[in-house]
Amino acid sequence: MVQATTEKSSYRTAFDAMQSADEHALPAWVLRLRETAMERFEHIGFPTTDVEDWKYTNTGAIAKGAFAPVAAGAGEELSAGDVGAFLAPEASSRLVFVNGIYRAEFSATENLPAGVVVADFAEAFAGEHESVLRSYLARPSDPETDGFNALNAAFLREGALVYLPKGAQATRPIQLLFLSAPAAQAAAVFPRVLVVAERESAATIIESYASAAGESRSFTNAVVEVFVGENARVMHYKVQRESEAAFHIATTNAKLERSGVYDLTTITLGAQLSRHGIGVRLAHEGAECWVDGLYLVGTGQHADTHSLIDHSSPRCASHQLYKGILDGKSRAVFNGKVFVHRDAQQTDAQQSNKNLLLSNEARVDTKPQLEIYADDVKCAHGATVGQLEEEELFYLVSRGLHTDLARNLLTYGFAEELVEKIRIESIKQQLDEAILNRLHARLEV
Amino acid sequence: MLEIRDLHARVEGKDILRGVSLTVKRGEVHAIMGPNGSGKSTLAKVLAGHPSYEVTGGEVLFDGKNLLELEPDERARDGIFLAFQYPVEIPGVSNAQFLRLAYNEKRKHLGEEELDPLEFKDLLKERAQIVEMDAALMSRSVNEGFSGGEKKRNEILQMAVLEPKLAVLDETDSGLDIDALRIVSEGVNKLRHADNAIVLVTHYQRLLNYIVPDYVHVLYKGRIVRSGGKELALALEEKGYDWIKDEAAEGQPSAVGA
Ligand SMILES: Nc1ncnc2c1ncn2[C@@H]1O[C@H](COP(=O)(O)OP(=O)(O)OP(=O)(O)O)[C@@H](O)[C@H]1O
Ligand SMILES: [Mg+2]
Repeated sequence: MVQATTEKSSYRTAFDAMQSADEHALPAWVLRLRETAMERFEHIGFPTTDVEDWKYTNTGAIAKGAFAPVAAGAGEELSAGDVGAFLAPEASSRLVFVNGIYRAEFSATENLPAGVVVADFAEAFAGEHESVLRSYLARPSDPETDGFNALNAAFLREGALVYLPKGAQATRPIQLLFLSAPAAQAAAVFPRVLVVAERESAATIIESYASAAGESRSFTNAVVEVFVGENARVMHYKVQRESEAAFHIATTNAKLERSGVYDLTTITLGAQLSRHGIGVRLAHEGAECWVDGLYLVGTGQHADTHSLIDHSSPRCASHQLYKGILDGKSRAVFNGKVFVHRDAQQTDAQQSNKNLLLSNEARVDTKPQLEIYADDVKCAHGATVGQLEEEELFYLVSRGLHTDLARNLLTYGFAEELVEKIRIESIKQQLDEAILNRLHARLEV
Repeated sequence: MLEIRDLHARVEGKDILRGVSLTVKRGEVHAIMGPNGSGKSTLAKVLAGHPSYEVTGGEVLFDGKNLLELEPDERARDGIFLAFQYPVEIPGVSNAQFLRLAYNEKRKHLGEEELDPLEFKDLLKERAQIVEMDAALMSRSVNEGFSGGEKKRNEILQMAVLEPKLAVLDETDSGLDIDALRIVSEGVNKLRHADNAIVLVTHYQRLLNYIVPDYVHVLYKGRIVRSGGKELALALEEKGYDWIKDEAAEGQPSAVGA
């Protein structure tokens, strides 16, 4: 299972340098956590296709990719104007990271309601919220089982903390932007996000990944953890539109307390290889989650979504809708598992994955799974893979629409259900454009 | 305007049209009747250019052009319109958006300025009155969840927006209630003028009371076996198709179409 030892040693070299540089700057628990994680990574390595969960997604190119961890100094020439193109205007506060490094000059954290913290880790480690980080990040009893997660933990340094104390309502969205910029040696970056929403609080998070320059090669390995307290509500958008030369590996884990609500929408447009692992744990009664997403890929792109919705308490509900649009020679993987524990009576779990293949060379492997140990549940799941309907296409062209436009319109129609759900206008627009531009059309309504 | 000569077509390897000839001139209304499965919708779809139907013989001229050489979208932009017997539902595509795109495609084809969404909204409102179409149906997805009658009405709304030269209405009357039939028929009559033509496919004489045809044709087993004036429809209403079928079986020559 272990591969690419030469690369690993380059991670080790960078790791050792980072550890000694941070020796006096960071709390000891961080250094220890990183050391444990690095050892863990060296033990398990990058996953290979022998591992069931990675059967369809070969990460060999990452292992062999000669990426340089912690590429300090890269992207310094970026101006506020360059960054501006990637900002969601709806957000009133934001943290911006370029090649994994926090950039205060592009960030804004002034406009927050009382008590709400949006801070980069360096600030958080040094301040009063260090204990929040410690209690949520340091979990020695919980060793990483995934090489990417272990590597992310090994390079834990830069990241974003969003902390909502009891009852805090962050009405305007908070954006966390991770930009990749061209570097002398392609960068490996390890974003880490911790969202702690205490009881009765509410927030909307926009997590964005993009490449500042067209075709830059980079490796992003992100881990995001969201803790949704009792009656708290977190809306979470993840928008990935990195360059088509990029590698993007991300994990999103959420844990919901009693009657907590978590609504995740993921948009995957970029990267040559992307993998998003999602784990949502409905840990206490009455919690409810939406886990929806759209992946839109073309020639040379591979998008993999693996999700696990874990119903461990009674009367929780989960709704999952993933749609995929595959054009050219592209590939997508969807593996969604809903696990209903024996005690999780009156679970309501819905899961659906629908794929639209726009070319004969596109391929999708979809596997929705239900594993149910409770007897009083309402669960449904399904997956479809289809092409544009000939009769629908004929209907449109018989009204004078050129075939290309008709195809685009139908493709748009396929995605509409998800586009409609998005409450952030700028994301919606980006998505409209992505769907229509990719398919070379214009449509204004 | 339309000249169909000895048209043969097949679908799924089955010969459906077996020598249809029909001439339609500007300003005329033709009704095509005939038993189920005789090939009426097939004829309509062949004219519209449906890819599943293969033309195996004959020719079709539209304003002197070889229609069969044109792609379906070109035919539409040139002024052919088919109101479908079974309009499809298109989830996620709004009716108004679709209509505007179709309308603008046609404007561009004619070298005219496209309408922006606001301008088009006014036009759509005006045209919707012709068929008394509920405004709420505009913002919904094309035909999705529409009742049978609403779908048919939507077809005629499209006709009202696109103003075709030749409209083929395939059983637009089926599924319409009595009031809707009157409203939609009156709408079609409003859209009629000396420069366009209408081909109505119908099973019922009732429609022809509203939209009075110049000619009535009976299609049977892929051929027009009888043509006449509007009184032919009355005769069919009264006597059914048996006598026509008998005649056809006996190989009697039928009256030649218009
Ligand atoms: N796509 C198709 N695939 C297979 N058979 C078809 C197809 N379309 C039409 N047919 C067959 O061709 C024949 C003529 O069908 P068509 O729909 O043209 O009849 P019609 O005259 O419109 O009938 P109706 O009055 O019932 O609408 C029928 O036997 C029908 O089953
Ligand atoms: Mg028919």
